[in-house]
Amino acid sequence: MFKIAYYPGCSGQGTSLEYDMSTRAVCKALDVELVEIPDWSCCGSSPAHTVNHVLSAALSARNLAQVEVMGMDKVTTPCPSCLTNLRTAAHKMESPEFRGKVNALLDVPCNGNVDAQSVLQVLAENVDPELIKSKVVRPLTGIKIACYYGCIMNRPPELMRFDHHENPMAMDNLMIALGAEVVPFPLKVECCGASYGIPRGDIVMRLSGKLLDAGRDVGADAFVTACPLCQMNLDLRQGQINRALHEKFRIPVFYYTQLLGYALGLDRAVLGFEKLCVDPRLALGKIKQPAQAR
Amino acid sequence: MRIGVFICHCGSNIAGTVDCPSVAATALTYPDVVFSTDTMYACSEPGQDAIIQAIKEKNLDGVVVASCTPRMHEPTFRRTVERAGLNRYMFEMANIREHVSWIGKSKDLNTGKAAELVRMAVEKLRRDKPLIPKRFETVKRVLVIGGGVAGIQAALDCADGGQEVIMVEREQTIGGKMAKLDKTFPTVDCSSCVLGPKMVDIAQHPNITLYACSEIEAVGGYVGNFQITIRKKATYVNWKDCTGCGLCVEKCPSRKLPDKFNEGLCNAPSINIPFPQAIPKKAAINAESCLMLTKGKCGLCAKVCPVKCIDFEQKDELINVDVGAIVVATGYDLFDWHKYPQYGEGRYPDVVTSMQYERMLSASGPTGGHVKRPSDGKEPKNVVFIQCVGSRDKSVDRPYCSGFCCMYTAKQTILTKDHIPDSQSYVFYMDIRSPGKLYDEFVRRAMEEYGAQYVRGRVSMIYPKGDKLIVRGADTLAGTQVEVPADLVVLAVGAESAKGAVQLGEKLRVAPDQYGFFVESHPKLKPVETNTAGVFLAGACQGPKDIPASVSQGSAAASKVLGLLSKKELESDPAVSRVNPARCVGCGKCIQTCPFGAIKEVQDRFGNPKAEVIDTVCQGCGICTVTCPQGAIQLEHFTDNQILAEVIALCPPKMFANYE
Ligand code: SF4
Ligand code: SF4
Repeated sequence: MFKIAYYPGCSGQGTSLEYDMSTRAVCKALDVELVEIPDWSCCGSSPAHTVNHVLSAALSARNLAQVEVMGMDKVTTPCPSCLTNLRTAAHKMESPEFRGKVNALLDVPCNGNVDAQSVLQVLAENVDPELIKSKVVRPLTGIKIACYYGCIMNRPPELMRFDHHENPMAMDNLMIALGAEVVPFPLKVECCGASYGIPRGDIVMRLSGKLLDAGRDVGADAFVTACPLCQMNLDLRQGQINRALHEKFRIPVFYYTQLLGYALGLDRAVLGFEKLCVDPRLALGKIKQPAQAR
Repeated sequence: MRIGVFICHCGSNIAGTVDCPSVAATALTYPDVVFSTDTMYACSEPGQDAIIQAIKEKNLDGVVVASCTPRMHEPTFRRTVERAGLNRYMFEMANIREHVSWIGKSKDLNTGKAAELVRMAVEKLRRDKPLIPKRFETVKRVLVIGGGVAGIQAALDCADGGQEVIMVEREQTIGGKMAKLDKTFPTVDCSSCVLGPKMVDIAQHPNITLYACSEIEAVGGYVGNFQITIRKKATYVNWKDCTGCGLCVEKCPSRKLPDKFNEGLCNAPSINIPFPQAIPKKAAINAESCLMLTKGKCGLCAKVCPVKCIDFEQKDELINVDVGAIVVATGYDLFDWHKYPQYGEGRYPDVVTSMQYERMLSASGPTGGHVKRPSDGKEPKNVVFIQCVGSRDKSVDRPYCSGFCCMYTAKQTILTKDHIPDSQSYVFYMDIRSPGKLYDEFVRRAMEEYGAQYVRGRVSMIYPKGDKLIVRGADTLAGTQVEVPADLVVLAVGAESAKGAVQLGEKLRVAPDQYGFFVESHPKLKPVETNTAGVFLAGACQGPKDIPASVSQGSAAASKVLGLLSKKELESDPAVSRVNPARCVGCGKCIQTCPFGAIKEVQDRFGNPKAEVIDTVCQGCGICTVTCPQGAIQLEHFTDNQILAEVIALCPPKMFANYE
């Protein structure tokens, strides 16, 4: 049993509830114990660092300090944006001067000794792929999947230090292990437009539209993502994109944990497929039913 | 001893921040100094004459010149004192330019420091003794390693100069990279038409012996007397008999091997002749893919060969030759662009390298000179060239400029238009570097007459879209992002050092730089010499070079070789190490440590092991002297006593205080 502190992040409580649910479920199934940080708070998300670096770091540092109080030195989060904030804060606090400024704002000082990793990295590096294979009860045979990592999961490489920043493979390998056919998706680390969905919808329409277009081009039945914002832009806004670009995309966009849980045979109720906007049934229907167990 | 001191002004170089007359006056107070003066330019003709005159008039036994670095003028002044009848080792130099005037601003402090450096030189000179060089004969034969255009030029020039030449080429044919090119810039003349005759000359020259498919196994000896072992690799074809008819090549059923000469664009049979103009034009079997050698069945080539020259039993052969000089012309390799995942890492067949494109353009290439996309054989209309792939990019550890990519890209855009008149070329570039003769005009022609679109900026990614490749980059002049739909993408890959260069350098005792290119003796004044006497460099093994530069260097290296071998005898530098046998305990530490292999073990008459320095091999580096636990090895002209004398001259009060 591998034990690690868990930071769900705000979106996990709302817009990407299904990501949080499925993450907890698959980790449990794979013997990874997630210990939720008590009384965690928002990491500052995308706006905080545009306003004030010290404040932004303090928001993340508060959570890191909690982890230290828990007596742990590693924390994981499903959300790449939370991860960036946690890692950036830890990195900046390597400077004693900066750390001083941050700690002045905190009740419990943060020493910055906590390493933050994405759940994807934890699964890729701490769970034996053979174990995953052995636990698959519903192999994803028959479905063609485009793995979309988004632009911040692996970048900047010096900070994230996980997988390759131009051609990451962690999700690809995971999906292959589950029996899916992974299509060569060339735009796996392109930006979806991120939080521009609110102030400049046109940018998201163009960028996310391009992703959907490329996915269709390579024959993907579905996308898998690891980022709540990417998922939202591609899934929730797919209708808007269709209208803006006069397109007819109908590609479901899963969290990789959802498909992982599906393959592991977990209860559908904890995977939250019904929360997806683009109906996933067509894509799930492509998956061949496993032959009857002898 | 009677010592004369000369303080050089070097114009204002030294005199600007050093009070030279005052240094000269101080020097007069040093022991044994009987004459001291300052002079405007010591190295000039009047300057040297004044030194000679002083030696004669004042009856001097030794001379100190305080001026620039010994790297620059030590040989000059040694010759000067020799002309005045002194031994050339009765001369010392103090560097008061690089070590004093150029780095210090305070005239007072500088003057004091200059005087101290002169004092050190005087103290050393007082312990110098005359050294006499040994003379030895040279072997009148040259080894040229590498049969690219630089090696070819060097070999032909040496051979025409009357020397016997041994050429060793690793590949099956000579010609190197140039033989693979279709046309050359800036004249757009056919590469193999220019090179072909030269290759034939190599084959036919009575003074040249060519070993292809061969590598240097070992190098021993020293300038004038190198012993070389060549490994002639098994080709499984008896080359003495092979006529190059090619019957075997036609019949060979095993065609799995990517064709090396054609840059993997097509497959080659297991028995192959690389290209029609190959020299030597002989077939060779690739042992890894040959059915007979791997599985023990087939042998078709042996059946069809009219002269019965196939020999599946053939073994590598070792050949020993003695040579007097070595020219290294091992060339370069092209950067492996698979390090760029953003360009597909090889996932997209229609992303090719410049050299692959060159083979496509070539009439003798796999497509017969028709430009075709590897994926579907269609003629491309939009061709995008990306420059600086593996050049000027720290992220892939290639921060240097490869120098010729700008030019060959321009050439390829011109050729593209010639081959496909309704095509459009785009070139993503960082800067255009075209400093050679007629080079800039050539690039302009590509832009203006041939309509190549130049976009200044790097390409961030290539991705497929339908049957096109979308090339996304920045236009840094317009300040926008651009996307070009391309049918074919050509990566202008940069140059890196040839594989195995570092290992070869070890054998030759030639140092590679951090990127594996060989280091020349002096970047400006000794561009083809190395720090190992008798070993010369030509072409791109020393750094990326285009054809004109490689050929010039080939000729330059040849002229150095001819100069060296024209002397009947060579002199060895007498400033080498000497073993004091009485002190030597035969531990052999020096033997292990000498980077030049200049120390051997001998036995004294009681059978005890002792070290002995081979004068001609010793480079005088001094590493052995600090290794020897007994202090039994002393470097002539730099003995412990001489160096101690300098140290004591520099800090006498402390030294003596400690002794008291
Ligand atoms: S024996 Fe080898 S080289 Fe000769 S024809 Fe067969 S496969 Fe080709
Ligand atoms: S001085 Fe240098 S080259 Fe000469 S014997 Fe000693 S270690 Fe070898």
